[in-house]
Amino acid sequence: MMMEPSQERRPPITPQLALRVAIFGAVAFGLFAIIFFRLWYLQVLSGDKYVAEANSNRVRELRIQAPRGKIVDRAGRVIVRNRLAVVVELDPAKLPDAERKLALDWGQRMSERPTRSKRKRVRPIKIPPIPSDALRARYAKLARVLNTSAGAIHRRVVRSLVLVPYSTIRVKTDVPDSVLAYISERPEEFPGVQVEQTYLRDYPQGELAAQILGTVGEVSPKQLRRARFRGVKPGTIVGQGGLEFAYDRYLRGRDGIQRVQVDAFGRPIPSDRLRDVKEVAGQRLRLSLDLGLERVGQRALAGPLNPGNNPGAFVALDPTTGEVLALGSSPTFDPALLTKAITQKQYELLVDEAQGAPIFNRAISSAYPTGSTFKAVTALAGLHAGLITPGATINDPGCIQVGEAERCNAKQQAYGSVDLTRALQVSSDIYFYKLGINAFYRGGLVIQNWARKLGFARRTGIDLPGEFAGLIPDPQWRAEIGKRELACRKRKKISPQANVYAAGAAGCGISDLRPYNLGDTVNLAVGQGDLQATPLQLAVAYGAIANGGKVVRPHLGLEIESDRGELVQRIERDPARRIKIDPNNLAAVANGLHLAASAPGGTSADVFAGWPQDRYPVYGKTGTAQRGVKRDQSWYVAYVPDKKRPIVVAVTVEEGGFGAEVAAPIARLLLAQHYNQEKVVVQGSSQTR
Amino acid sequence: MSERPTTRLPAGLRLPFDPLLALAVIGLMTASLVTLDASTSNDVPGDPHFYVMRQGVFFAIGTIVAIVLSRIDYSRLRELKYGVYGLMLASILLVAVFGGVTRGSRRAIQLPFFEIQASELGKVLLVVALAAFTVDRSRRLGERDTTARLVLVAMIPAILVMSSDLGSGLVYVAILFSVMFVAGVSWRHFAGLIALGGIAITLVLSVAPALGVTVLEKYQTDRLTSFLYPSDDPNDAGYQQNQSRIAIGAGQKTGRGDQASQTRLKFLPEARTDFPYASIGERWGFAGAGLVLSLYALLVWRGLRILTLAKNLYGALIAGGIVATLLFQVFVNVGMNVGIMPITGIPLPLLSYGGSSVITTLLAIGLLQSIYAQGRVAAATKGRGRSF
Repeated sequence: MMMEPSQERRPPITPQLALRVAIFGAVAFGLFAIIFFRLWYLQVLSGDKYVAEANSNRVRELRIQAPRGKIVDRAGRVIVRNRLAVVVELDPAKLPDAERKLALDWGQRMSERPTRSKRKRVRPIKIPPIPSDALRARYAKLARVLNTSAGAIHRRVVRSLVLVPYSTIRVKTDVPDSVLAYISERPEEFPGVQVEQTYLRDYPQGELAAQILGTVGEVSPKQLRRARFRGVKPGTIVGQGGLEFAYDRYLRGRDGIQRVQVDAFGRPIPSDRLRDVKEVAGQRLRLSLDLGLERVGQRALAGPLNPGNNPGAFVALDPTTGEVLALGSSPTFDPALLTKAITQKQYELLVDEAQGAPIFNRAISSAYPTGSTFKAVTALAGLHAGLITPGATINDPGCIQVGEAERCNAKQQAYGSVDLTRALQVSSDIYFYKLGINAFYRGGLVIQNWARKLGFARRTGIDLPGEFAGLIPDPQWRAEIGKRELACRKRKKISPQANVYAAGAAGCGISDLRPYNLGDTVNLAVGQGDLQATPLQLAVAYGAIANGGKVVRPHLGLEIESDRGELVQRIERDPARRIKIDPNNLAAVANGLHLAASAPGGTSADVFAGWPQDRYPVYGKTGTAQRGVKRDQSWYVAYVPDKKRPIVVAVTVEEGGFGAEVAAPIARLLLAQHYNQEKVVVQGSSQTR
Repeated sequence: MSERPTTRLPAGLRLPFDPLLALAVIGLMTASLVTLDASTSNDVPGDPHFYVMRQGVFFAIGTIVAIVLSRIDYSRLRELKYGVYGLMLASILLVAVFGGVTRGSRRAIQLPFFEIQASELGKVLLVVALAAFTVDRSRRLGERDTTARLVLVAMIPAILVMSSDLGSGLVYVAILFSVMFVAGVSWRHFAGLIALGGIAITLVLSVAPALGVTVLEKYQTDRLTSFLYPSDDPNDAGYQQNQSRIAIGAGQKTGRGDQASQTRLKFLPEARTDFPYASIGERWGFAGAGLVLSLYALLVWRGLRILTLAKNLYGALIAGGIVATLLFQVFVNVGMNVGIMPITGIPLPLLSYGGSSVITTLLAIGLLQSIYAQGRVAAATKGRGRSF
């Protein structure tokens, strides 16, 4: 039957329609394929990433601060502990956009400015004022309660937003409970303000040993990249200096995590699948420090023996083990100051040279010429090189000609015929000048090499950051600073012929450009001139004399203990090296040191009047270092080779005068404390250098 | 014509509808209910099944309407074209004047029990009317005049809808293009229209704002740019897109089940209307999302098949328009869920919660079934029965 043509009926599918339906189908297929592959990409190929994103959406992690470990002295007396303090914080999300934008702009400009300029110091860029009156009112309200100013809060907010953009902003640490109550009762008056508790370091011993303890603070982004802070989470409180830094690994503990599930609106929704991580308290650090000894040293430096309150330092070591029994620097400060943000004024007081820079640890970070205390080192070098023998005598006429200059003993005192022992006992400069002349013409840097062997001009390796290596002058060093001086003068267009003072006034002047000469060695032989040593280095060197050649590596850390006091790990440090010293040579030097502290005519014999030399023989040497325009620096080093409780002490007082006058009496106080003797103070009369 | 009963199924066993199309629809409706049950149980306090029940009611109404429609010869609608077109324009205008505002766009008329989104219903009405106008001029399809008229007929409602709801307006444009395409309008005309469209878009997007004329609402440009820079600001415009992508990605191969936190904790916004697909993707993973995608593919395939089976041009055009409507909406909505299309308010047919969209889609399915049934009857009477 034929098909009926009809307007209603269309013929069976035309080729044109077939083509168009095929195109339609192909388009549909293509669209489905696009979605299919997109799904594959999202769900199968990158699913893990999105699971992580979904979890970070829903899980808020709150850090539970782990208490840091305590620091105690060798008898278990607490030096550093924790206390809970209230901190007031601001939620950055509750701040107006204008403030966040201001912080962003300021941070941008800060990062773009050059960090160094050749000509002048780069001025810090001022933080712009508070962007709106509403915000100013908000800050002002909070500032009134916290006893600060709106501007101060604003600046703190901006800095914090730049440094750690998303973390809460700590406005004030350690506020009184009354403020806590006031703020938490009126949340509507203080939008975005949170009150939290945190651990702060607490120092029951006050200013004692302040320089060695160090501070704690939030780990910086730069520190996080270092190996020693591997595994530390951002925001963790870590040691930033001193022992807190050196033993941070043990003291730190591990912060806990409290996980809360929240919905899109930030409301907590209970979930039984989330596990909290319990915080782990830090371990306890037991120091070799003896608080009693430390206190005696600190008080003596601040006491009537040092009427000018001149800066000084003391070190006491166990010469056999290197355990530090006391180590202090004066003036000192209250370490609690550094647990909170300090004002600019407070900071300046801590670092101001005119105030003695209390934050500075002179026992390890200041190096000075050591005066006659260095003679023991020169003596060992001379004996070893065969320049002198224990028995050989020289004539000490009081003055001799060294090169073109005449050099004399203090007060031109003539000692006549002196051997090594006598020379140490009375501190004859002439004996050591002659030795220095011989050493210079012998060549080979005899004294320098021995000084280095005994630990000068290199760090002792004490478990504290910031140790200074010091300096032993030699030809190579002279050449080096001469080269630097020439470069400096060329840069500043100063004539090489100009004298050193003129060059110094113009910003150079580290060297007078002369080569190393006889005078340098002669100066070094008596511990004057360019020699620079820390009190700790001197103690370590005398310790080696006391123990027969062992150069110890001093350490303050003694034991790591659990927070309940069980021993976890003992800290022992092998000596840096052992040097061979001929016993006869050693005996001669030791004999001289002992006579100096005990026999009539000895430089510190009168200081030790009444001291039980038979039970606790003192081997000590005074030193009086000449320091250019400054008054002489007082030095004393001594050891007592007791079998059970040996000790070596080094004391120095800047501008303190003669060694026997100030440093030696303080050393006696330390020894008296250590051996439980009556604390008698006798100021010595010896005016030797 | 001779009877060949041996090669034919007995009349009673032949179905009056396309079973595969029905299967796809039932599958999608089931998926919608299961998804809503999982994602909205906490939305209405004290009534965990609030949205599931309502969606179920919409499905029931829609299914009944579809079944009724499938038993009627759709060709009779051709006579009602002016009425249908008028009804569409009137309802769209009514909404523009009295409608309630949802997220910046005026879309619905509030009625006591539910709201009618005129732009949704208008999609089917436009297909029916536009197909009728096209058939009227089927002998003059090559003429420019015909194309111009069709464009005019479709673009009036399209622009009206676009003024408040860009996405739905684009569906109308898709309908226009698909009907003309199936009808066989010349390629040259298409090329011209596309060029015109390009000029219009340039005007709207760059020239008009430069002259200070606001054509696109702020939220519309926000959504368009957020698609281009999805993670620019997770708290703002790109947020939905970002959260949707996280939800789908986190579903991985087999889904997170009850741990689907993106949906459950409301990180995924508008999970029941705009982002049901992301919700499925998170809860049932690639398996679930792939299955749903397959059901849509089945739907589109059957739609195209019915297009070829239609007994007349009118049926073919309606089928083409409906398939284009469904395909366009599925692609734009799912594309927005997986982060490859901008955020528009286009619902996902049958899966998005909402009476207007559900009933309109089922209406369209009913029409498809009617075209199928009529095609079978016509073929049977002519003895040209073909199996699918």
